[in-house]
Amino acid sequence: MKLNSLTIIETITGLKAKKFSTLDLVNACLDRIEKVDQQIGAFITVCKKEARDQAEKVDNLIKKDSKVFSQKPLLGIPIALKDIYCTKNIKTTAGSKVLENYVPVYDATIVSKLKRAGAIIIGKTNLDAWAHGSSGENSDFYPTKNPWNLQKVPGGSSSGSAAAVASDECLAATGTDTGGSIRLPASFCNIVGLKPTYGRVSRYGIIAMASSLDSIGHFGKTVEDVALILSVTSGKDKFDATTSDEAVPNYSAEIEKTTKKKLTIGLPVEYFGNGINTEIKQAVRKAAKLFSEKGFEVKEVNLPYTKYATTVYYIIQPAEVSSNLARYDGIRFGTKRTSFGDEAKRRIMLGTYTLSAGYYDAYYLKAMKVRSLIVNDLYKAFEKVDLLLAPVSPTLPFNIGEKTNDPLQMYLSDVLTITANLAGLPGLALPCGFSKSGLPIGMQLLGLQFSEELLLKVGYQYQQWTDSHKRKPIL
Amino acid sequence: MDKQKKLSINQVEHIAKLANFHLSKKELSKFQRQLSEILSYIEILNKVDTSKIKTTSQVTGLENVFKKDRVEESLTQKEALSNTKSKQNGYFKVKSIFE
Repeated sequence: MKLNSLTIIETITGLKAKKFSTLDLVNACLDRIEKVDQQIGAFITVCKKEARDQAEKVDNLIKKDSKVFSQKPLLGIPIALKDIYCTKNIKTTAGSKVLENYVPVYDATIVSKLKRAGAIIIGKTNLDAWAHGSSGENSDFYPTKNPWNLQKVPGGSSSGSAAAVASDECLAATGTDTGGSIRLPASFCNIVGLKPTYGRVSRYGIIAMASSLDSIGHFGKTVEDVALILSVTSGKDKFDATTSDEAVPNYSAEIEKTTKKKLTIGLPVEYFGNGINTEIKQAVRKAAKLFSEKGFEVKEVNLPYTKYATTVYYIIQPAEVSSNLARYDGIRFGTKRTSFGDEAKRRIMLGTYTLSAGYYDAYYLKAMKVRSLIVNDLYKAFEKVDLLLAPVSPTLPFNIGEKTNDPLQMYLSDVLTITANLAGLPGLALPCGFSKSGLPIGMQLLGLQFSEELLLKVGYQYQQWTDSHKRKPIL
Repeated sequence: MDKQKKLSINQVEHIAKLANFHLSKKELSKFQRQLSEILSYIEILNKVDTSKIKTTSQVTGLENVFKKDRVEESLTQKEALSNTKSKQNGYFKVKSIFE
């Protein structure tokens, strides 16, 4: 068996039983990267030396004290980080030429947390520059390819992280989700992706895109793995005032315990409309049927303001982008503003316009009001149901180049994921089948704020009944 | 849809100036077309009655998050400057701003 294709849970069992060393595991991942990443383009930086050095340290630690696993829940686990997470002494580009040579002098809070938990940083992954995009094609360096079909996009903006996990180049990866940037690539690449509640995981040290929407999350091969990572990364951070002091459950310990209450799952009618690919709708409805056979109550709900979500998002998000990216003035760090790619320029200018004198009320203020209506919609639905179940993407993974000249069409890829960001809700994307053409299909479970434990439990149960998530691409 | 472009070339030039971009003629006309398309799409919001609706700018309800005003360890001057190519006497060296 190849070590790089293990899950985190399997790996920890293997390391504890001394079936293999951490160095063997890290080498297996590095060999895989060597072999397939030329085709995939998932990585911007591979931390060969650092990862091997760290693996040797971990092996010594295990030799000295076999109980060390209880203090370090991710000991020896090779994780890839989206290249928008600041990493001390490791180049961090945000996928943009502007930060081509930027080497941070500090770690993002969750990078420190992952390191303290024993994780090994295997590399930094490709993304749409500044996390602006839904396909990975806006990377200023090179596009990432979908491991299931190299002609297709892997989904964005956390394109490299999703592709790296799907092609077994690492065991897990991190991402950011501002409008769907974790859930969409997870669904295009047949892996699990979690967008936590806004403020559940610290944003400190992660290059900001749209500060009222940015959510920091994870990719894994199973729901269990994602739960384990979330147990490490969650919690209050004094460097991010928007993090919550809501207690952090031990997500992985809770995951196998079933809920006493009979749960109700809502299917939002608007998420199964005309614009959504038929095979995707069928696959998600099949999952809903399975839930109902297993004792869940399943019923339809309405979210009438859904149709305005993309519009609201494409006012609020560029406005916040224009303000966050103003700091890259080419003076203290980064190159000149001419190095910004087209998509960043478009968003900065759109935001600059909608925030400018005379237009603020018509655009930004209006969007913040409609945002309230969208949030109310969701809360009303959650009075009747415990969870929502919906497709992640309106289409199957599309061809590379198909939408690059039509920004508006590209923006509409996020139509089913955006509402969770506007309301700050958690969303768990997981595989639920394949199209006739062999492309992955994903579904998402959405819950109230801070209901990650429930989402993970239900997702875990689903993965016990099904095995789409066990299929691997042939590379 | 309205064939009339939402933004004039002059407006795009003005926005570019506010955003501190120097755009070529070709870029100006490309962004005029693309931004106009997006702005036309956005107009759908005018159909929503929001006369009695309050704004949502943040979603988790946290208010007045403060921390103690204490001196804590921070980056040294050397660390703060370690990533810049142009420094002088322990400062960032930038092009002059005043004439």
